[in-house]
Amino acid sequence: MLENNSTLLKFIFGRFTLDALPIHEPILVVTFIMVALGGTAVLGALTYFRLWGYLWREWFTSIDHKRIGIMYMVLGIIMLLRGFADALMMRAQQALAFGGSEGFLPAHHYDQVFTAHGVIMIFFVAMPMIVGLINIVVPLQIGARDVSFPFLNNFSFWMTVAGAIIVMISLFVGVFARTGWLAYPPLSEYAYSPDVGVDYYIWGLQVAGLGTLLSGVNFVCTIVKLRAPGMTIMKMPIFTWTALCTNILIVAAFPILTAVLALLTLDRYVGTDFFTNDFGGNPMMYVNLIWIWGHPEVYILILPAFGVFSEVTATFCGKRLFGYTSMVYATVVITILSYLVWLHHFFTMGSGASVNSFFGITTMIISIPTGAKMFNWLFTMYRGRIRFELPMMWTIAFMITFVIGGMTGVLLAVPPADFELHNSLFLIAHFHNVIIGGVLFGMFAGINYWFPKAFGFRLDPFWGKLSFWFWVVGFYFAFMPLYVLGLMGVTRRLRVFDIPSLHIWFIIAAFGALLIAAGIGCFLVQIGVSVLKREELRDTTGDPWNGRTLEWSTSSPPPAYNFAFTPIVYSADAWWDMKERGYHRPLTGFRPIPMPRNTPTGIILGGLSVAFSFGMIWYIWWLAALGFIGAIAVGIAHTFNYKREYDFSADDIARTEAARTHLLGAKA
Amino acid sequence: MNDAHAAHDAGHGGHSADHSDGHGLHLTLDGYLIGFGLSVILTAIPFGLVMSGVLESKNATAFAITILAVVQIVVHMVYFLHLDARSEAGWNMMALIFTAVILIIALTGSLWIMYHLQQNMAPMNMSTLP
Amino acid sequence: MTTLATTGDAFVATRDTAADSHGAAAASQRTAATPQFYVLDEHPHPAGYSTPLGFWLYIMSDCLLFSVLFATYGVLGGNYAAGPSPRDLFDLPLVAVNTTMLLLSSITYGFAMLAMQDNRAGRVQMWLAVTAFFGLCFIGIELYEFADFIRQGATPQRSAFLSSFFTLVGTHGLHVTTGLVWMVTLMTQVARYGLIEANRRRLMCLSMFWHFLDVVWIGVFTFVYLMGMLR
Repeated sequence: MLENNSTLLKFIFGRFTLDALPIHEPILVVTFIMVALGGTAVLGALTYFRLWGYLWREWFTSIDHKRIGIMYMVLGIIMLLRGFADALMMRAQQALAFGGSEGFLPAHHYDQVFTAHGVIMIFFVAMPMIVGLINIVVPLQIGARDVSFPFLNNFSFWMTVAGAIIVMISLFVGVFARTGWLAYPPLSEYAYSPDVGVDYYIWGLQVAGLGTLLSGVNFVCTIVKLRAPGMTIMKMPIFTWTALCTNILIVAAFPILTAVLALLTLDRYVGTDFFTNDFGGNPMMYVNLIWIWGHPEVYILILPAFGVFSEVTATFCGKRLFGYTSMVYATVVITILSYLVWLHHFFTMGSGASVNSFFGITTMIISIPTGAKMFNWLFTMYRGRIRFELPMMWTIAFMITFVIGGMTGVLLAVPPADFELHNSLFLIAHFHNVIIGGVLFGMFAGINYWFPKAFGFRLDPFWGKLSFWFWVVGFYFAFMPLYVLGLMGVTRRLRVFDIPSLHIWFIIAAFGALLIAAGIGCFLVQIGVSVLKREELRDTTGDPWNGRTLEWSTSSPPPAYNFAFTPIVYSADAWWDMKERGYHRPLTGFRPIPMPRNTPTGIILGGLSVAFSFGMIWYIWWLAALGFIGAIAVGIAHTFNYKREYDFSADDIARTEAARTHLLGAKA
Repeated sequence: MNDAHAAHDAGHGGHSADHSDGHGLHLTLDGYLIGFGLSVILTAIPFGLVMSGVLESKNATAFAITILAVVQIVVHMVYFLHLDARSEAGWNMMALIFTAVILIIALTGSLWIMYHLQQNMAPMNMSTLP
Repeated sequence: MTTLATTGDAFVATRDTAADSHGAAAASQRTAATPQFYVLDEHPHPAGYSTPLGFWLYIMSDCLLFSVLFATYGVLGGNYAAGPSPRDLFDLPLVAVNTTMLLLSSITYGFAMLAMQDNRAGRVQMWLAVTAFFGLCFIGIELYEFADFIRQGATPQRSAFLSSFFTLVGTHGLHVTTGLVWMVTLMTQVARYGLIEANRRRLMCLSMFWHFLDVVWIGVFTFVYLMGMLR
């Protein structure tokens, strides 16, 4: 056992001691062994097949938005497994802890599980998947070659990964926060949570948040500045519109999160009095500020999903999207209104009738544009020739499920009702209803829809449909009981229960979680089977769904430069227009295309951020200082590199395009 | 300093560099000097008002210095930041307006909410509850 | 095989196989009305095409970061916790001097930009150095003020008012410091590479950043220092 009395040891290791390693927690030990074995296998395979060079050159240092987008999706899927493991543990604990049983998770562990579940699902599953889809799709949809700031794009990705790594380290080194995913003070203050948990939370989110903010700036610029000639903003694809509004929300909301977490950090590290109970602090101010971020955040999550559904519905009904203009207006109105509702997350904190009424009304108003969108999708389907491919199946499941969740949201918007239901399982059911039914179903629709574009072959439909049905049925089994429990008064985040009549609902919910687990399993199998059967599922034309927007005019996957010649746009649904009017793909006259070079700066800065954060968390000040100064130095050194472009030669382009012509001809 | 003149309307100072054409700067010395002069005045007045206490009413002083601050911010935006409705096809202005709206919502919303929370939830009030 | 025929500016294309068009309607007729769907003589966007807008958007996000600090100061700024209040601490003449330093640094940066417009790298460097000098004065005075407060027991930990004061004013100071580091870096880069396009862009961005900090300071001296004396 390390004795920390010696000042030298304290200097080197900060407050880290061997006690921080959870060798007495069997669940964690088993998890660690599995992760270590699995990780060794993966790393070993990569080494054996000599893939490190390839990975470094083609992926880790890539500034290609398509590669970065895929890497974001991989991150999101991996973290989905971790976040879902937390969910399974919670469901199991709640199903077991009746009739005097304490279940298998002690409180100090259970509290970390529900905190980690929320943090991971929002910040490291949903956000990366959304940013990943936007990365892959938006530049192609607007006829651009890459985003406005390709280097920044790479940096943003690695900062998100760094944040995820910081949170994952907390599983095996120390503890995670036990405060819930928003870490309300006073509990999150140093006085009540002196251990490293909240510090892991803070630094993980600050690092990831910086990446997200810069990504927001990047995509607003991309959409504003790099659209193909002729693509006015009212001719942009709807997914690009929702991406624009999402990224505007990111730029406007994430600085607020950064600032609030910084204030909490100051309270914890320096002893300031922002959110303390004494010396003039006010914990309620934290709740107020964090939700000014938090509400726009949920719209950041849902708007891209709405965009996916718009694209999918139009494509698989063979019709132009109904009410394009009203869709745009609805999206913009939602973007603005999302800043006027935040108090509905704390009606019960005591601001009184006048304040509560104002925000209750605004909350109800914001449901209206979403309703308008729902009708537009339905009217698009009406008299369309609907093809029930997987993306469309996910869309229909979304429409039904999200409407239920939306209605319970409007119910909660009524302050007197919320006084009964706040922080009950009804609330949990509501937000899972809209996040799973909305965001996650949207991500699965988007993944199935755009996978062929990204990889050149479709996903296997059989395993996809199996996954779909497990997910949808599982979702209803898992969350409808929670509505019942919430109405009966059951509070969230409880670990043990002593009312026997509630037990059956928790058992049903646990069963639902197992169905969802099967759904996730089938999804992973789907990916594996698709890779194995890729020649059978190959997309040779680049347009496997008879799509309507410009990304389908490229090959699958597109070449590094996306378009040999920038397209000219004359109407919305530009690719459909091109097909209708008999476009022709130019085969000669290629010009060299300036392309940005790869960069190692992003991954290096990500690594230094992890080092800095680890140092801050464990009070290893020398490590924090080195990490910080190192990051500044690397950043400044990067700015001395002025030679960041190379030319993709006309010959190489000609060769690539000729190969595509061959592939297109071969199919006919 | 005089060699920095460019033939341009000095009416509202310079425009910022055009973005597709990096050599399209139209900055003028006059623009910067006017901006500086106005800023000095708009700084001296509020300091003077507060330090001398010449206005009897604190509310009036507070109101005055707020207005002067807003005016000086506009002066900075126009003369130093060269903001106009045309830069970046109007997106700069739109971004600024959107930011200003969010800022106002966050500030006024927070003050309103926290005031009510303080009223209702501050410990001292417990004894007055029925 | 496909052929291209040029008629003046408009390329009218013919297609005689359906192989590279999937699901198109009116297939292989040659129509004079088929528009040009590709830019054949493209001039790529110049480097840094998105930079001014991108940097402005970053500045807007920084504005919102400050808005949280202002809101916090607005809510908690009256909570003295029986400790020192603004009237006990603030030295308005010193703040006036500090404000002057920052304002002067703004105008001298403007002179640097005018010199850049005239392509005079030496003058640019000179005015940047003067700007950095005023910036350092600003930071120096601010540090002196902070040290003085702390010496009197008005530490950031003493009360929520002082926590919000130090954080708001200190964050502004940190931004100014970052600007100074950037300024030195840019002066090095101008010295090494001259007023090339990339450096001009960077000078424009630093200009936006520097003036934005002056705008924030207007908010600080008005709502923290002047209002503080009026509370």
